[in-house]
Amino acid sequence: MPKVVVLLKQTFDTEEKIIVTPLGVDEREAKFVINPYDEYALEEAIQLKEKLGCEVIAVTCGSERSQEALRTALAVGADEAIRLDNEGLSDDSYEIAEALAAVIAPLSADLLLAGLFAVDSGSGSVALQVAERLELPHASAAVKLTLGTASELGLAHPVQAAQYALIERDAEGDTETVAIPLPALITAQQGLNEPRYPSLPGIMKAKRKPLRTVTLSELGIGNGAARTQRTSLSPPPPRALGKRIAGTPEEQAAGLAELLRTEAKVL
Amino acid sequence: MSRTILVYAERRDGSLRRVAFEALGAARRLAGDGGSVHAVLAGDGSAAEDAAALQARGADVVHIADDPSLKDYAPEAYLAVLRAAMDAVGPDALLLGHTAAGRELAPRVAAAYGAGHIADVTAIEPSPDGADVGFIRPLYAGKAFERRSFLPGHPWVVTVRPNNLPPAEPLDAGGSGGSVQALPYAPPPLWTAVRGVLRRASGQLDLAEADVVVSGGRGVRSAAGFEPLHALAAAFGGAVGASRAACDAGYCDYALQIGQTGKVVTPQLYIACGISGAIQHLAGMSQSRTIVAINKDPDAPIFSIADYGIVGDLFEIVPLLTSEVLRTNQHAE
Repeated sequence: MPKVVVLLKQTFDTEEKIIVTPLGVDEREAKFVINPYDEYALEEAIQLKEKLGCEVIAVTCGSERSQEALRTALAVGADEAIRLDNEGLSDDSYEIAEALAAVIAPLSADLLLAGLFAVDSGSGSVALQVAERLELPHASAAVKLTLGTASELGLAHPVQAAQYALIERDAEGDTETVAIPLPALITAQQGLNEPRYPSLPGIMKAKRKPLRTVTLSELGIGNGAARTQRTSLSPPPPRALGKRIAGTPEEQAAGLAELLRTEAKVL
Repeated sequence: MSRTILVYAERRDGSLRRVAFEALGAARRLAGDGGSVHAVLAGDGSAAEDAAALQARGADVVHIADDPSLKDYAPEAYLAVLRAAMDAVGPDALLLGHTAAGRELAPRVAAAYGAGHIADVTAIEPSPDGADVGFIRPLYAGKAFERRSFLPGHPWVVTVRPNNLPPAEPLDAGGSGGSVQALPYAPPPLWTAVRGVLRRASGQLDLAEADVVVSGGRGVRSAAGFEPLHALAAAFGGAVGASRAACDAGYCDYALQIGQTGKVVTPQLYIACGISGAIQHLAGMSQSRTIVAINKDPDAPIFSIADYGIVGDLFEIVPLLTSEVLRTNQHAE
């Protein structure tokens, strides 16, 4: 039974209003969700479970609050969940990847799935750093995924493996079809699938599914691996109040061209 | 403060991407007086012209990996090139474009070399003596900016957002004394077997690097409705983009999508036609220098970030604006 590990991050909903202070985002006002790209990764894992009988383990790194995201993952069909407690970890991708790799390595997953990036930090770095640490191949920005043996997928692949992933991926607008051997990391792009909502029976069942917490000290990892730090946070510089150009369409077009020439100097 | 900086000079369709020169410009600033700037080029076939272009703009040494296995892009092959260059140069920092390739190569290099990674950088602010460097990057879909810096003792890996940093200027005549070196490169086992590429984005200027982007939304109403936008973009020498709504409606290919999903663009001029301005779209374009919005709905959110707003019918305004642009171009000649 193939084993799939899904990397999830709980983020605040960037489509909602966000209050930025120099210390960070005001979390009292924020609404928390599973990072939308990680939802595609999770949905794909659940679909693989339905098709192939995979075991699905959801893994996150975060505070106690992020267990909500894991409960949601269990409610939509994950079998097990692990939270790496972020106590002692900064927001540095290198440090987080080191710890997550230590959590994931002993699981011996056949497939790691993660979102292309998280909508809060926007770096898209941690999952790929984990893949490098675990010496796994990867394919980014998948919009279609099929698993199978070489003969099932009709592949003649230079690297021998029992199972392969056949992926259609988004490459800056072009669609590239690639095959990689498993185990591997695949990151999810929008369009991979349509994530489901948890059902009521799913939510009830999730309460009895295993959810464990791992701490840095249990992993035997000291803190201090951070390579970068945030030195300040600020709202975007305010844009000058825009000008409305009134008049007939001819006057509007001429007025705009004039402003683009003389004021914006882009024409 | 002097540093050794390595730049990944990314190529696309056989020529250097503009972001390679932007990374090179940043590299020169970070290297400081007495530092050195190296660039690495990968591909199959002649790279002499590209190497010369990099040298003319301040690359002291250009390392070339030339191998048939580099014809198609496979991450592990290009990663092996970067590893060979990291080993040959031993840089204080590696700079890449925050492109599809840069986004997936940088984290793996960082993990392999014990380096920190700061991604999607839109500005670099060195202290007066150059010792402390702040990297500015947008967060939360552009709703905030953070300044990050590297902690001492480890190499840096930085990916820079295209179209934000000034490109490296050509050196004064005679100033280029750089060398070109063949990079010792042995192809690794190729994990990625490329079975095919469906080209959808080619044939037009790279959206992420265009100076002018004319973008259409649901208000464009049909595939044919994009034609006036193409004419306006052509008058500016720019590219056409689209909102997700226009792509979802089938008016244009997803290759043109601008937003959090799709492309992030930072042109000098962004003209949003019939785009309401959902947060998803704003995340992909709100850092553009000048933003024009043309929309029938005076309450469309796009107007809140537009420098110039026109409440009107895009099918009337856009062709008139195209004529104005063409007339200005003629005057300039």
